[in-house]
Amino acid sequence: MPTGSAAGTVPPGRKHRFLPGAAFSATFRLILAVLLTFFGLLLVTFLIGRVVPIDPVLAAVGDRAPAEVYERVRSELGLDLPLYHQFYIYVVKVLQGDFGRSVSTSNLVIDDIARFFPATLELATVATIIGVALGIPMGVFAAVHRDRWPDQLIRVVGLVGYSIPVFWLGLVGLVVFYVKLGWVAGPGRLDIGFEDIVQPVTGVILFDSAMAGEWDVFVNAFDHVILPAAILGYFSLAYISRMTRSFMIEQLRQEYVTTARVKGMSEARVIWRHALGNVMVPLITVIALSYAQLLEGSVLTETVFAWPGLGQYITNSLLNADMNAVLGGTIVVGCVFIGINLLSDLLYRLVDPRAR
Amino acid sequence: MNTGATPSGLRAWLLADAPHSRVQARLGQAYAAWRAFLGNPLALIGLGIVVALIVAAIIAPVLATHDPFAQNLDQRLLPLGPDNWLGTDELGRDIWSRIVYGARITLAIVGLVVVIVAPLGLLVGTASGYFGGWVDVAMMRMTDIFLAFPRLILALAFVAALGPGIENAIIAIAITAWPPYARIARAETLTVRNSDFINAVRLQGAGPTRIVFGHIVPLCLSSVIVRITLDMAGIILIAAGLGFLGLGAQPPSPEWGAMISSGRRFLLDQWWVATFPGIAIFIVSLGFNLLGDGLRDVLDPKSQ
Repeated sequence: MPTGSAAGTVPPGRKHRFLPGAAFSATFRLILAVLLTFFGLLLVTFLIGRVVPIDPVLAAVGDRAPAEVYERVRSELGLDLPLYHQFYIYVVKVLQGDFGRSVSTSNLVIDDIARFFPATLELATVATIIGVALGIPMGVFAAVHRDRWPDQLIRVVGLVGYSIPVFWLGLVGLVVFYVKLGWVAGPGRLDIGFEDIVQPVTGVILFDSAMAGEWDVFVNAFDHVILPAAILGYFSLAYISRMTRSFMIEQLRQEYVTTARVKGMSEARVIWRHALGNVMVPLITVIALSYAQLLEGSVLTETVFAWPGLGQYITNSLLNADMNAVLGGTIVVGCVFIGINLLSDLLYRLVDPRAR
Repeated sequence: MNTGATPSGLRAWLLADAPHSRVQARLGQAYAAWRAFLGNPLALIGLGIVVALIVAAIIAPVLATHDPFAQNLDQRLLPLGPDNWLGTDELGRDIWSRIVYGARITLAIVGLVVVIVAPLGLLVGTASGYFGGWVDVAMMRMTDIFLAFPRLILALAFVAALGPGIENAIIAIAITAWPPYARIARAETLTVRNSDFINAVRLQGAGPTRIVFGHIVPLCLSSVIVRITLDMAGIILIAAGLGFLGLGAQPPSPEWGAMISSGRRFLLDQWWVATFPGIAIFIVSLGFNLLGDGLRDVLDPKSQ
């Protein structure tokens, strides 16, 4: 990992001069790196907002406005200030959660995002659960049967996952499992009759309906989420199983595995308790990364399944040239991405004493 | 290269333990890599797919049975048949011919992205690895920022700023794709920059430019090539995704993602309109993935 330095690289003389302990110093560096990345995120989105070929003043006053009105609105919007000053205002606003107003929905962008984000969260979480529940056993199985047919089969499954366009798979899945077989519910999050039964608390329908005890709503929501989540989960499965396989192969070569076998421990225990136990630590990072990637994959999946999530919000806003909404959504997704990476780094340090 | 029938004299020359010239050493190395590559059937399939894509793009007018843009409203949404092999779309255009011409667009996208991304990544990576210090810190921070973004979302934001269209999609993908190359090039540079042969070159009076371009960049090339091949599948998928969302190639361009997007309305009754472009995308990305895996095994033994 680029961020943070191992404790061993700090020269002994300097260890305690500035900060109490190398572990603290590493965490401090990590947080500094995250802050810098966040700053970069703001800078990039700010610059993207500046190069858009839409004149925000013209959009506000119309193209028949006299020059003095144009100038007044221009200074009201702060566009006559120097660029660094505009950037400062932009940063302050974003930190206050003010992304401006969406042109297409005429709501505050932050309110829109708060409404759309739980849907994406629900989709990505169910998908990750599917990816982890199937991907880890598949990876272990492939590593144990290395270079024999189960390994080849799992490798092909993974390669297909890396090569197939998610939106196309979604369309095919809809036709097969919804239209032809009728196994799952169609696009959207709920059937019309089930809407508005459960008051949104978190916005995650599976969670809200379970808390409220509305099990028929829960079942309906599950019917809707399972197909898009399975399709997204396939991609996380491809990634997780490939990484699990290579970590496991590494572990099964170690001497402690031989020792455990020699002591007469059952093969299942050696594999699933000892080797997999050691693999879980790097796997945390892999799972976190795949979760973050699903947020991205959800952009295309949500479009196919008419899933009212953040990805669909960003795409629709884009097609309507609604820059406030696009940049707000981009910042939120970027922050979640950064946050997940930070979390997995911290967890890694917590679980693996060598990384401290 | 036809290896089976090579006279043993040439083979012996190629595989000599003590090559007499640089050319012989290079050719010998290439030959050994090629032999290792031949032993991997999946990689050969990948190579076959990629070569087929390139050939299809070059001789598209020969392979196409119809004009890919010619609309024929009497022949709308025809099923698969002897005249229109893969059927026709909602404007009566022949889907097979459109897919064949779409190979040109796909190839152009990956080609242009690579032409932008590889030199940029190599330059940034080798410079920051070789010079170190604040150059390194600044440049690696920059790649961190780009890597901290979800790629598709960042590409979407750039397309939003630049406007939809295939050129802008290529630029957006390139902007989001270079940081991993810089990372790889930097890592490779760090492993060689203090080695004896670089010091020897420096003692002979070579300047930084000569050392970086003449001695470090060639050593980074093999890992960068592996990474590029593996990345191509991702690039194709993102470009197709942008086309599908209506932000990449615009109609009537026979770009595969855009073809799926216009065919999705007919998915229930005329399944072929959206299905075949999807299969084309899948086969081509699979080809690049297989080829990349094979190249990695041959060119980048460290990853094993």
